[in-house]
Amino acid sequence: MNIITALARMLIFPGLLFAIPAAWFFLWVERKAVALMQGRIGPPFMQPFYDFIKLLGKDPPHRPGIAGMLMRVWPLIAVASSAGAVGLLPVLPASGGFEGDLILLLALLEVPSMCIIAAGFSSGSIFGEIGSAREAVLSVSYNIVFLLAILSIAASQHTFSLEALALLPATPLRWLGVLALLVCLPAKLHLNPFSLPNAEQEIYSGPITEYAGPELAMWELSHGLEWVASVGLVATLAAPYIAVWWIAALIFVALSFAIVLLLSVVASATARLQIDTTVRFYWQCTLIFAVLAVASALFMRFRA
Amino acid sequence: MCYSRRRSPWLFHMNSGSCNGCDIELIASLTTRYDAEQLGVRHEGSPRHADILCISGPVTCNSLAAVKTVYGQVYGPKAVVAIGSCPASTNIFINSRTLDGPLSKHIPVDVFVPGCPPRPDAIILGIAKAAEILAERGLQEASKPATELKAVKSVEVQP
Repeated sequence: MNIITALARMLIFPGLLFAIPAAWFFLWVERKAVALMQGRIGPPFMQPFYDFIKLLGKDPPHRPGIAGMLMRVWPLIAVASSAGAVGLLPVLPASGGFEGDLILLLALLEVPSMCIIAAGFSSGSIFGEIGSAREAVLSVSYNIVFLLAILSIAASQHTFSLEALALLPATPLRWLGVLALLVCLPAKLHLNPFSLPNAEQEIYSGPITEYAGPELAMWELSHGLEWVASVGLVATLAAPYIAVWWIAALIFVALSFAIVLLLSVVASATARLQIDTTVRFYWQCTLIFAVLAVASALFMRFRA
Repeated sequence: MCYSRRRSPWLFHMNSGSCNGCDIELIASLTTRYDAEQLGVRHEGSPRHADILCISGPVTCNSLAAVKTVYGQVYGPKAVVAIGSCPASTNIFINSRTLDGPLSKHIPVDVFVPGCPPRPDAIILGIAKAAEILAERGLQEASKPATELKAVKSVEVQP
């Protein structure tokens, strides 16, 4: 529990030094998987890196006043909080350092989506505002399922601590919770069939329509880090406990890769749903499932 | 940085009164058979995100203001590709009262891709040339103030 372990965890693995290349890698896997599903060859391996460097080198937009300052700040907050969420993941066994719990991780995962909503409204573009409104509706509908899934996992294992959850063996109820989390991931990452906020054919790029250059690079990075954090959350909950650190890290990376592949394949095989269909999907089908999971977790806890 | 600019050209496609032939061919160059994404090309919805502005059509009087606005909305370094014969010479619509073309009268064009419509492979070649011009221009802008910028010579792509 010393400061060096904590710093190593935040900065090296699974923190920034691992998370940023992993973010680019996941963005590449997503684009490549979509390309392969469409029978194309797809972008080269380093593509997200080139995109990021190029965007950093574009002319920074001149935005005067408080609105301009806000527009510069939102992407930075999003990047910081999603990087923090990645740093919290309990990948390495008994690594010590700052012990966060599930609630903090959830809060950090939620900040980028709040930032996107605020960014769309502060950009003043009509497409940005429509995109933000859609993102808000979407986040209200999937977040309840997401929270209930987390709650059922925590209730079935009697703890909110991430370290303890990583140590405990998985129960069938935890698998139910992980499944519910997986259903929420496409909406959280704005993938098909729930890619409402950034529906290119309807509202251009949604909330980030007005962003350019370095700001857009930060949005891309925060999106990639969101990928790593939310996929990593599912991977750590699903991974078995292994005491050897490098095997644990390898299993974490392999599981994350498999989940990214699964999500990308689903995204390229489906079309975008309408907003009311999406909301109905989360409220009717998945909410019932999540409520059942929480109820049975609490029931089992009281019986035990 | 220069290499990244060359490897990651993002397009914004603008129709200035085109018959839709060139637009279809531009989209075809992104699809399965031609797959321009191998060069890092991404078709963007917003001109703010783009590096290369692809303009088709002979620039009608109605679309002129929009062309100028969109050109201004692309942040530098940027390049313009004129797709098809219409923006290059106004094509068969020459001397029409409703036109204010050709395109090079209003904004600086870097690459002309002639053809009615041009083949997707010609369009991809044009975009690749524009990406090279973009990288060169980025270097120029880094070393010189904006007023001294030398216009990079326009290139014509042979179909």
